[in-house]
Amino acid sequence: MARETISNPTPYMPADLAELAPDGVTQPYWDHCNQGELRIQRCKACGTFRHPPLPGCPDCGARDDEWVRSEGKGRVFSFSGVYHPVLPNVAEYVPYNVVLVQLADAGGVRIISNLLGVALGDIEIGMPVELVWERVSPDVNLPRFRPAGG
Amino acid sequence: MTIKDKTCIVGVGQTEFGHRGQFAHKSQSVQIGEALEEALEESGLDRTEIDGFSSFSMDSNDPSLLAPSLGIPNVNYAGMVFGGGGGGGCAAIANASAAILAGYAKVVMVYKIITQPPNMRFGASYGRAARSDPRSDFHRPFGLMAPGQFFSLFFRRHMHQYGTKTTHLAEVAVAQRFHATRNPRALMKTPLTIEDHQNSRIIADPFRLFDYCQENDGGAVILVTSAERAKTLKQRPVYIMATAQGGAASWGQGLTSQNAPDDIYPSSGHRHMAPRLYAMAGIEPKDVDVAELYDHFSGMVILQLEDYGLCKIGEGGSFVENGGIKWPDGNLPVNTHGGNLSEVYLLGMTHMVEAVRQLRGTSTSQVEDAEIALVTSGPSNLPSSSMLLRR
Repeated sequence: MARETISNPTPYMPADLAELAPDGVTQPYWDHCNQGELRIQRCKACGTFRHPPLPGCPDCGARDDEWVRSEGKGRVFSFSGVYHPVLPNVAEYVPYNVVLVQLADAGGVRIISNLLGVALGDIEIGMPVELVWERVSPDVNLPRFRPAGG
Repeated sequence: MTIKDKTCIVGVGQTEFGHRGQFAHKSQSVQIGEALEEALEESGLDRTEIDGFSSFSMDSNDPSLLAPSLGIPNVNYAGMVFGGGGGGGCAAIANASAAILAGYAKVVMVYKIITQPPNMRFGASYGRAARSDPRSDFHRPFGLMAPGQFFSLFFRRHMHQYGTKTTHLAEVAVAQRFHATRNPRALMKTPLTIEDHQNSRIIADPFRLFDYCQENDGGAVILVTSAERAKTLKQRPVYIMATAQGGAASWGQGLTSQNAPDDIYPSSGHRHMAPRLYAMAGIEPKDVDVAELYDHFSGMVILQLEDYGLCKIGEGGSFVENGGIKWPDGNLPVNTHGGNLSEVYLLGMTHMVEAVRQLRGTSTSQVEDAEIALVTSGPSNLPSSSMLLRR
């Protein structure tokens, strides 16, 4: 696999992909992001984390939830290098990475994101990563990640 | 009570196979009519005997228009399986079977037709959901928006956990291409080697060009009726032994959420359905003679081999090695028509048709004395489906 440059575009992906359409269930997640806090939904009754947000707990069915702050540290659970642009607006962004980050402090939930400051060929499953915020518009602040502890 | 062996597939018909957008000018109901003619002709049924309609994947051909268009006098049952993509194919057969057993209908036509709009590729479908879907907000902003990209994440994890390699992907593509070269109707018949696969361009790592299915226009009709009625028709009856549909809630939207539990993450999401399927049929995985496994992406064939117990979890890669799924000498011939990768991509309708041909003894890559066939429908978010057929 060729190692591409690590000079990523800013933002990492085009801002129009991040025109969000939250509903009542997902709005709190994005509100917290906008305030620079990664908070994961947790069931108040049984304490099970869930992501993406759902109106009830998959484990016990309870509807009361709370939003627990995560430090944003975790490990790469899986990843892909995307070479083919499926839409015209990402043509100048390929190849780009997509990573699945398993958070260390949120019951094993995974966040779909991108890893900044790393060449595609250097991404490995299990590598430690940490949260970095990328504001893509006045309303949208996206959780992205970078290699940690290195 | 189950549906086991109480209903049969008695007729199959297919449209012409077209490239993406080739039949955009043609009405879908006209194409369904063409496939139906073929199915009626080979079955010996009369069109007026059809009184049920079953489809999936948000098919837009409403029986209110279809029945009068096709000269079918009564609509006694009409059902549609939830979900897009190809997950509902076997479930549509299951619903037909249930409707017949319940006495709602006597003969059900299962149909699905796909016409790819020239201006919009399936692979971009999740990307265009901007400002319309709260669920896609969790993947689209990060550039994760095409089916192959989502599935590539599953397979990458599988490689990490089990040592599966991209040459295993190549084995799937090569075996299926070989089957396609023997099938006159297949669209991709240029012989393919492991090297050709490994040298093809990467689309979403680790998936390369030849790991992807084709994009096509066309469809098929499958006629289902009672085992009793089947006895007096023209074809050797193909018995529906068992069907399973749905999945586990913990899988749920496992494709697009990427949050299925760790133990089932690198899977096809079918793992919970398989035991139900075998239990209903009263058989074991080793009894399967031929498998037609939904292949939107080569890697998902490997994961389904594991989920259906055709090999151990984590051993799908070694199972396909050295022609392991290639007719006639492989461990188990898989996708003997060429599959979505090399025959045609009609949302899995042709996998069901091919299983019927195998059990009639008329496949172009015929498994000797094939008695039991496994068919699966597209791994994706829940619901998906599968079935076991026997001769």
